[in-house]
Amino acid sequence: MSESFRQETRAWLEANCPPEMRQPVRDETDYCWGGRNAVFKNEAQRQWLDRMAGRGWTVPDWPSEDGGGGLSPEETKILKQELARIGARNPLYSFGISMLGPALLKYGNEAQKKRFLPEIARGEIRWCQGYSEPNAGSDLASLQTKCEDKGDHWLVNGQKVWTSYADKADWIFCLVRTDPAAPKHRGISFLLFDMASPGVSTKPILLISGYSPFCETFFDDVKVPKDQLVGEVDKGWDVAKYLLGHEREMISGMGLGGQSGALGEALREAVTADPALRADVARFDVDAMAFRAMSERFIDELKAGRAHPAQPSMMKYAGTELNKRRHELVMAAGGSDALEWESERSRKGKSAREWLRTKANSIEGGTSEIQLGIIAKRILDLPGA
Amino acid sequence: MPLYLTDDQAMLQDTARGFMAGEGAIAKELRHWRDKACKDGFGHALWKQFAEMGFTGILIDEAQGGLGLGHVEAGIVLEEIGRNLTPSPFLITAIAFVEAVRGTPHADRWYPGILSGDAVAAVAVDEGAKHRPEAIALRAERSGNGFRLSGRKQFVVQGASADVILVAAQADEGLTLFAVEKGAAGLDVEGVRLADSSIGARLTFDGVEVDADAVVGEVGAGDGALSRLLDAGRTGAAAELVGVGSAAMDMTVGYLKQRKQFGRLIGEFQALQHRAAHLYSEIEIARAATLKAQQLLDEGSPDVEAMVAVAKAKAGRASQLAVQEGVQMHGGIGMTDEYDIGLYMKRDRVLNELFGDPGFQADRLARMKGY
Ligand SMILES: Cc1cc2nc3c(=O)[nH]c(=O)nc-3n(C[C@H](O)[C@H](O)[C@H](O)COP(=O)(O)OP(=O)(O)OC[C@H]3O[C@@H](n4cnc5c(N)ncnc54)[C@H](O)[C@@H]3O)c2cc1C
Repeated sequence: MSESFRQETRAWLEANCPPEMRQPVRDETDYCWGGRNAVFKNEAQRQWLDRMAGRGWTVPDWPSEDGGGGLSPEETKILKQELARIGARNPLYSFGISMLGPALLKYGNEAQKKRFLPEIARGEIRWCQGYSEPNAGSDLASLQTKCEDKGDHWLVNGQKVWTSYADKADWIFCLVRTDPAAPKHRGISFLLFDMASPGVSTKPILLISGYSPFCETFFDDVKVPKDQLVGEVDKGWDVAKYLLGHEREMISGMGLGGQSGALGEALREAVTADPALRADVARFDVDAMAFRAMSERFIDELKAGRAHPAQPSMMKYAGTELNKRRHELVMAAGGSDALEWESERSRKGKSAREWLRTKANSIEGGTSEIQLGIIAKRILDLPGA
Repeated sequence: MPLYLTDDQAMLQDTARGFMAGEGAIAKELRHWRDKACKDGFGHALWKQFAEMGFTGILIDEAQGGLGLGHVEAGIVLEEIGRNLTPSPFLITAIAFVEAVRGTPHADRWYPGILSGDAVAAVAVDEGAKHRPEAIALRAERSGNGFRLSGRKQFVVQGASADVILVAAQADEGLTLFAVEKGAAGLDVEGVRLADSSIGARLTFDGVEVDADAVVGEVGAGDGALSRLLDAGRTGAAAELVGVGSAAMDMTVGYLKQRKQFGRLIGEFQALQHRAAHLYSEIEIARAATLKAQQLLDEGSPDVEAMVAVAKAKAGRASQLAVQEGVQMHGGIGMTDEYDIGLYMKRDRVLNELFGDPGFQADRLARMKGY
């Protein structure tokens, strides 16, 4: 059965994945984010998204009625292997897929699932994540964005920060405080709203890489329809935490790196004349290949319901620390070529900018320190942790 | 000699610290020139001020109008430059170049301009992406009563603004250094902005004709001058890295005492306390190794080379740890351009690469020790 699925998948991909979409991603503009104002770099990118979405393969393991492919864990794995085999690009980058979708599948009501999941699967709405606030980062549960019940609508006031792509997103999934009197984890609710709502504004923040993908996001008397609250009022923390597990799983994928994960072959020329660097790269490759095995094991266990609920924290920690090391080594191997910041030769400082960007991997989605704390507390059950 | 600063040196440190924190501050210099997309990557007015302070002549003999001080003192100034990320030609011009041409007619030619803060010099060693001085291939062929230079150089810091560039080349007789003046026919200079906003140049020598008196020292005997240049450059870069790392650490420790999460200062979390304490230890060790290398250089000790490699590698690693921990412990704000910690990370990267990264230095040490 799985062999025939593999053959069939391989044939379909062969016929349907445009050759351009089998080229390695060159830069940010090669990512397709979808959304109301989707920008497609070329026709191949649009086609690839349409064809994959048509089969529900942007989210192969979601139920078919929610816009997914309805594949089993086994089939999903085969599909991923076949995609990797031809070097196919991800047809759609989406916080809707990696974060909000799983939370809606678990906590959303039928109407919400019907309304939001298929458009996520098709990449029609681009989502952003409104969690962090200036004084609520690691201590997320201390968030203060105020949400009042005004009878026929919610009224939201407050500020978020580090909201990735808030200026490009159509909708936001947002944590708000609905009960200021309750203990901090208990008065939080999980709200969805349109970024085009009156009273929402964003201000981009420039990153050290020279790009500004994230924003300060302000809410000034934003009216939100009553049916856009997910789960129960004041019980949003459960939804928030569940979503974070998926976010961490997604971010841990950074640890995998491109095709093989190992660096040595790509850097062969640079490292052979440099014994210390060669040794560093070889040690990295050991860790990278071991992490790949861990990642496969984690996904298999997760889909089988056998993973510890806090295991995404371990994966996120290991994967992001690994990715930071990868880019340190790429910089070391690249030497002064990789230091160039604007030249065409360096593709406008691609190596250096990517290297700097990876420094956020161990911060975004909960810092490494927070992940280690979760492992100590929830997996190791250490006293006082 | 005790391994701490003398009273005179401590006084110089006070002066340099005050000067750099004021005149060479990040907002005033680095950000200012960066945001103007300055083609030099540094301000000439500040270079003039360096001269007025006597800094540019720090390694030049008193008889020639300089301060006649040594590498310990040069390092004191460099550490403050590192702390403030002050863009200036100091390391390359006043340390590496001055050391390399010492005692030659090129010193008489260029020291006055350096003393007055009018001249900028550069040194061209690297030819590929990595520092490999043992593999220099730029050709110097006899031509008339001079030489023709052909080949390429890269990572020539301030090469686009330099009045004179010291070029390491291969003549039939062996490695030879040439002082090539700005605007030489056949020399193409491409200024390239680097991650830290400094300007490194790529140079193409397409049969550049130079007179015999462009040779620094003797033809075929460039090894000695090149190793003086590299020892001084590496030790200087180590001192600057100690400054970069110290300032990044100070900023970070300051932040730990100020940022609150979970109703506590984040500096109360032992997980961060221990890492900050570890970082402090590494920076102190790097500072000691650097001071040792400086003293050995000043003594003309035969053991200097190993310690220079140790200093450059250790300071590089310690500073790298400081900037990495710095960004991480700042959380989201550490990733923003508005906040200075990221600028330290960029500078650290460039300085680590300059004159050989920690891996290069470790390998060099291993070879010196015979393994
Ligand atoms: C590139 C990027 C994109 C992001 N995108 C989004 C987004 O789309 N939406 C969103 O909501 N947020 C986003 N974030 C925010 C991110 O989730 C927060 O930055 C992160 O949770 C840390 O919070 P903070 O920045 O306030 O740091 P702080 O919480 O202030 O942490 C500062 C330092 O203290 C440490 N620390 C804190 N508490 C402890 C403890 N108990 N023990 C030990 N150490 C501790 C931290 O680990 C960190 O090193 C993004 C961040 C980045 C960098």
